[in-house]
Amino acid sequence: MTAVATNPDAIPARTTAEIRRSRYLAITYLVLAAFVLFYFARWSRDLGNFTFSLARPTDPSLPDLTLSTGRVTLFCGIALAVLGGYQLVRGFGRRENLVLALGLVIFIFAFLAWATGQSSLGAFSMVGMLKATIVRSVPITLGALAGVMSERVAVINIAIEGQLLAGAFVGAVVASPLTEPDDRLLLGAPLGSWVGVLAAVLVGMLLAWVLAVLAIRYVVDQIIAGVVITIFVGGLTSFLSLRWLAENSGLNQAPIYKPLGIPLLSRIPLIGPILFDHNIFVFGAFIFVALLTFLLFRTRWGLRARAVGEHPKAADTVGVNVYRTRYLNVILGGAIAGFGGAFFTLGSVGRFDENMTNGRGFIGLAAMIFGRWHPVGAMAAGLVFGFADALSQTLGILQTGIPSEFLGMAPFIVTILVVAGLVGRARPPAADGQPYVKE
Amino acid sequence: MSDRPDGAADSPGFIEDLLGTRLDWRRAVLVPVLAILLALMVSAVIIVVSDIDLWQNPSFDQLGDTLDQARDALSALFIGSFGSLRAFSSTLEFGAPLIFAGLAVAIGFHAGLFNIGAEGQMLMGGMAAVALGITFDLPIYLNLPLALVGGAIGGGIWGGIAGWLRAKTGAHEVVTTIMLNSIAGLAVVWMLSTSFFQPAGRQDPVSRDIATSARLPRLLGFLDRSDLRVHFGIILALIAAYGIYWLLFKSTIGFEFRAVGANPDAAHYAGMRVTTIYVSVMFLSGALAGLAGMNQINGLLFRASPGFSAGIGFDAISLALLGRSHPAGVVAAGLLFGALRAGGLDMQVVTDVPIDLIAVIQALVVVFIAAPALIRAIFRVRTGEGTGQVTKGWAS
Amino acid sequence: MATLELKGITKRFPGVLANDRVDLKVSSGEILGLLGENGAGKTTLMNILYGLYGADEGEVLIDGEPQHFSGPGDAIAAGIGMVHQHFMLVPVFSVTENVVLGVEPTRGAGVLDLKKASAEVKEISHKYGLAVDPDAVIEDIPVGLQQRVEIIKVLFREAAILIFDEPTAVLTPQEVNEFFGILRSLRDAGKAIIFITHKLKEVLEVADRIAVLRRGSKVGETVPAEATEAGLAALMVGRPVELVVRKDEATPGDPVLTVQDLVVLDDRQHPAVKGISFEVRRGEIVGVAGVQGNGQTELVEAITGLRDVTAGHVYIGGKDVTDASPREIHEENVAHIPEDRQRSGLIIGFTVTENMVLDGYYSRPYSRGIVMDWDEARKRAEELVEQYDVRTPSIELPASTLSGGNQQKVIVAREFGRDVKLVIASQPTRGIDVGSIEYIHERFVEERDNRAGLLIVSTELDEVMAVADRIIVMFAGEIVAQYQGGSVTAAEIGLAMAGASR
Repeated sequence: MTAVATNPDAIPARTTAEIRRSRYLAITYLVLAAFVLFYFARWSRDLGNFTFSLARPTDPSLPDLTLSTGRVTLFCGIALAVLGGYQLVRGFGRRENLVLALGLVIFIFAFLAWATGQSSLGAFSMVGMLKATIVRSVPITLGALAGVMSERVAVINIAIEGQLLAGAFVGAVVASPLTEPDDRLLLGAPLGSWVGVLAAVLVGMLLAWVLAVLAIRYVVDQIIAGVVITIFVGGLTSFLSLRWLAENSGLNQAPIYKPLGIPLLSRIPLIGPILFDHNIFVFGAFIFVALLTFLLFRTRWGLRARAVGEHPKAADTVGVNVYRTRYLNVILGGAIAGFGGAFFTLGSVGRFDENMTNGRGFIGLAAMIFGRWHPVGAMAAGLVFGFADALSQTLGILQTGIPSEFLGMAPFIVTILVVAGLVGRARPPAADGQPYVKE
Repeated sequence: MSDRPDGAADSPGFIEDLLGTRLDWRRAVLVPVLAILLALMVSAVIIVVSDIDLWQNPSFDQLGDTLDQARDALSALFIGSFGSLRAFSSTLEFGAPLIFAGLAVAIGFHAGLFNIGAEGQMLMGGMAAVALGITFDLPIYLNLPLALVGGAIGGGIWGGIAGWLRAKTGAHEVVTTIMLNSIAGLAVVWMLSTSFFQPAGRQDPVSRDIATSARLPRLLGFLDRSDLRVHFGIILALIAAYGIYWLLFKSTIGFEFRAVGANPDAAHYAGMRVTTIYVSVMFLSGALAGLAGMNQINGLLFRASPGFSAGIGFDAISLALLGRSHPAGVVAAGLLFGALRAGGLDMQVVTDVPIDLIAVIQALVVVFIAAPALIRAIFRVRTGEGTGQVTKGWAS
Repeated sequence: MATLELKGITKRFPGVLANDRVDLKVSSGEILGLLGENGAGKTTLMNILYGLYGADEGEVLIDGEPQHFSGPGDAIAAGIGMVHQHFMLVPVFSVTENVVLGVEPTRGAGVLDLKKASAEVKEISHKYGLAVDPDAVIEDIPVGLQQRVEIIKVLFREAAILIFDEPTAVLTPQEVNEFFGILRSLRDAGKAIIFITHKLKEVLEVADRIAVLRRGSKVGETVPAEATEAGLAALMVGRPVELVVRKDEATPGDPVLTVQDLVVLDDRQHPAVKGISFEVRRGEIVGVAGVQGNGQTELVEAITGLRDVTAGHVYIGGKDVTDASPREIHEENVAHIPEDRQRSGLIIGFTVTENMVLDGYYSRPYSRGIVMDWDEARKRAEELVEQYDVRTPSIELPASTLSGGNQQKVIVAREFGRDVKLVIASQPTRGIDVGSIEYIHERFVEERDNRAGLLIVSTELDEVMAVADRIIVMFAGEIVAQYQGGSVTAAEIGLAMAGASR
């Protein structure tokens, strides 16, 4: 018998914040509905059909999806209005976020329908866009995973951007001199490229170690340490890029990892090419997500790491070495970030350009928060951002008349919406950002 | 509750430092100087080690050449920043926007906010100044204040957005300001392709020139040398620095800023409206950065082109840390970084060492400042505490 | 059979000698009560024993063998188990996960075997009568159960020597009795137990032997049969102690605080205060007794404007302040001494001067418009420091350099240093040395005699009984009892605190 505050009779009331958010969501749906109906649908009446290609041009096993622009946009608009009305009157309770995702999908579908319909091309490759989503999500997912590793032991890692950039640079610079155009390929790339990837992983680990030393041993503010490391890497890679690569192009010409189609799976219509025909970086990202999830939640190591992140003192009192756990996890996170960095060069364009990561590391941080510090969540968030990226590129191709700069802003705006709590607030590991000082 | 018995004092933190109540010559002067020296030494090593010719033809002759290059680079750095009137002029000219931006970041730190968005705020402030400068052709005593106001408001709004998001939704300003930087960059490119900004007949993203009466006057104009471009902006920057000092330490508003930065719970408890203060601080911070942008446009460039913020907003972070967020420190650090930029240009021209090395030097200086234990280990001097924990993690 | 011995343990911190040549001994089947004030060095001593600190001099012997602990892992391996005052439990983990952390059963290659762990937890649970659901998440179970988890933790590691650091701080008197039952059964099962507390009655009731620490040294050792409360108290403090605050009869006047049908929600949107009404009159001290977590915190926050009121009203001096801001309430001449002084009452990094004007900086005489007048502020700070006996070398030093007691005095000085008609104090003497406690209680009585009304909320029943003229007891968000001070026993109040009188 104990005297406590949690009253079994209490009905959990909805917080005012939740009620407000529900209302905002309802208004959002209605606004989107209005937009779709009065802009897309109206202007689409004159447009004919649009076509989403569902198959690769070389493998037409699925027919294209050709629909009337007008009817589709009308339908979508009505659907959104219905959602908005329901949300306003009754709300969706626990399914709120799911419905939000659904609503956004409907809106985007309508947007794409209209965009395709009014474009001179009349058609665009849905498969291509979905595939690009996966590819573009990779660096973000990997960056987010690096963040998860680090923050689960309560060390904020703002240096992900720097780790990615360093990985990209080192990957290119090491792989280029070690490879020739006609080298034999091993899982998509010559041996020299693999050495490049290894070098990228090592440099990621090195930078992570620096961050760990500054944050853990010298108790420097973690965010400051991360920012400074990123600035340092930015300066150094630009410096070396100008000093070395401008005149020695042989140092900046790495082969790009070729995609590997998984034997049977990549032939499945529609899903096959989207999911199972990628290079090792993409598969690597998936594998890391699964691996980290298993490690964090099903092993002894993971339990201790999470304990260190939530309540380091408690972990210390049961004999867990808080400092060593933090070092280890942060460095492993750096390894993942290094791998992610190599993707920019070895997995994508084969050449290093100054500041080529362009904020992806920071978007990765947002993905980590969005994904609630869980590896699977990080991947889901990465896909969302990848989609925003791919979408903006697609809209550019379709020449919708929206200036390309605004399309380019899409991932950044999405990031802001995410951290502003559009999808509700998330709880970081309790000791996040606080140094652990033994007395 | 502390495990330690009552009576054992906690180690002094960041705040005492800023108030000057424990002004320690070691911390204020010795550590920064040693940090700079160490950073320069490391950079020299980087120059030597990164010389590809040395790796391709290793020999003592080559090593000698490389060492010469390093020495020439460092001396160009010094001469280019302090070695002549032109050098001084360059240093002050580069220093002005750095001081403004540094003040922006510093005031954020005082309130516990980490403003990484000075770049974007500079861009927005600068564009506002451009918009005013190409629209109005009033006499100078009206046009300049107008530009100042425009720059401040433009940057202030951009910073205020991040402040508002932090206050209303708890979105951490590190992420939002970085995103706003990118958005601003893209917005500028777009703006410079519209007919409002673009000069007739040009397709590249650039704006029309601002009115002559909107230009910040040159300080050394009477000497009639076109290479002495130092302008009134540096005076404005120094005035702003004093103003911020007064605001922070002599006014009630500054007291509130510092209280919120030190302990938002106690501040709330004492009746201060924490969320309003977050927005105000970010607005003020953005305004200062906006003035940096205006400084560049109206004092140096006289028109806008993409990326005119030139990394000044990022340098500002390092320099605010170096100056320990105190306005006087920010002025000193701003002038130092201005010197590095001025000298760095010379270094690049004279010795072919890319100017990006400057970013490396700056990052190193900050690391050494933030972890004086490193300096202590290397130079064996007593140095006192480092910055310790300044920000507060993601949870608001 | 195990015997634990500490010989000549000495530990220094900068500026403080925390332990001074302390000798202690405890054997299997024995409960040693370790008594001492906050700051006497008890926790330091136990942290040394547990491997969290290293002793500067002296040694720890188990069964005559000297031990060297480089960390808690070593101490645990040697059979020492510690149940901490502040629970070392990860809130988001389950009971089982917390119990096995560090000694997890695995199924090869580090993969957790939680099913096995769960079964073992259940077993220990039954064996020692510590019923708890192995899969419950810590942050969802009540404090009393959390303590059981801590005990299961040490038993899981087969500790032979158990150390309990202030275990009854969060328990009602009835739970304390249950807990003593558990202690006795553990002792009878052959464990050696050290029971650390500053509560005289408890140690007299359950310990087999008693040792007293004061300022780092052991100043006495005895058995309950030969000890008295007053004697022990004198040993703890070093001089005869007033166990009861000296005060005259109260002569209450008009109500200065009226609370009517107040309903307040907690952070999780559950009702924490469920429609209570009471009043505090001028010239009286009303004490609110209750175990932590029954709505007192939310009540105080609502009255002082820090938390929204869902229903009901609060009147101060007749004025409706239900929706007023903290500053508005402050301007009604209300003083508030907050529960968590370091978090809400003081800015540790600010100087004493700055802290002294934290409440009044925005108006004359400390500022005019937006210009601060630091000279005035300093003058005032000097005055108050003098008047309230705050020990500090300079008012320009940061508050972090002050001891806990002096920090609290700064807050008291700031709040009382002006005309107040209502004082609200939450846990005002938590973690403070006895000298300062006496001083603060005297200030309370002084304010009362100056016709202020005081509302003192404290989980220390002794404090409430000593200082209050009238006592109200809160349980589960309601007022379950009211008593006149001096006419009720601790046992009666204790029953009410546990909800038994409903």
